[in-house]
Amino acid sequence: MKRSDTDRIGRQVLIRAPRSRVWRALTDPAEFGAWFGVNVDGTFAPGARVRGRITHKGYEHLTWDITIDRMEPERLFSWRWHPYAVEPGVDYSPEPPTLVVFELEEVPGGTRLTVVESGFDDVPLARRAQAYRMNSEGWTIQAGAIERYVAAKA
Amino acid sequence: MSPRKRSARQSLADSAPVFAALGDPTRLGLVARLCASGPMSIARLTEGGSVTRQAVTKHLYVLADAGLVRGTRVGRDHLWEIEPARLDDARRWLDHIAGQWDDALGRLKESLER
Repeated sequence: MKRSDTDRIGRQVLIRAPRSRVWRALTDPAEFGAWFGVNVDGTFAPGARVRGRITHKGYEHLTWDITIDRMEPERLFSWRWHPYAVEPGVDYSPEPPTLVVFELEEVPGGTRLTVVESGFDDVPLARRAQAYRMNSEGWTIQAGAIERYVAAKA
Repeated sequence: MSPRKRSARQSLADSAPVFAALGDPTRLGLVARLCASGPMSIARLTEGGSVTRQAVTKHLYVLADAGLVRGTRVGRDHLWEIEPARLDDARRWLDHIAGQWDDALGRLKESLER
């Protein structure tokens, strides 16, 4: 099936750290939780369902819930989840999940980390429109967190 | 305030009428059906539901005012369909999720390069 151009998000970041270090930050539950903003309950393993509590202010009531897809040490880490599943009391399980894939590549000066999230075409359009409203609020809160973090470091 | 943040606020303000229009279960249901099934007549949209033809018509005009759907005259009936421009909302939603990935990856990078 042909996917539309709104089916996926792709992001790349160059991190000045060795690949093994980036891999640990991705797959050690405590390290992952620190930058992602979640208290992870359990360990990461292929096929495992892992849950946690979101730690972003205002979202602490939400459960983070992923199913690990693949783990190829220092190369690839992927999971499936329901993107922006933030409405309390809504059962998202009938919706097809999206797939999040992290890929690590050694480059001069560090590690190139690529994240691709795909499968948005399968999320019902009405929910995408609805979620947008809440997402904007969440985004503003997250932007504030970054500003405070950067200011504290300066 | 960063330009990205300002534009996010602006697009949120621009979208307020859309969410007001969608903030009704019947209208949200109509949008969902039009998304799933493509253009439909009022007769078909009314079929099997508990909402009257007059009420469905009223809701469709509210959605049309918000730019979410449009009606085309076909013979004696109107055919209603999703307004493609508003499908941009799907893209904007994606942009916001992408923004969250940017923030998360930014935090990861900061923490590893400290």
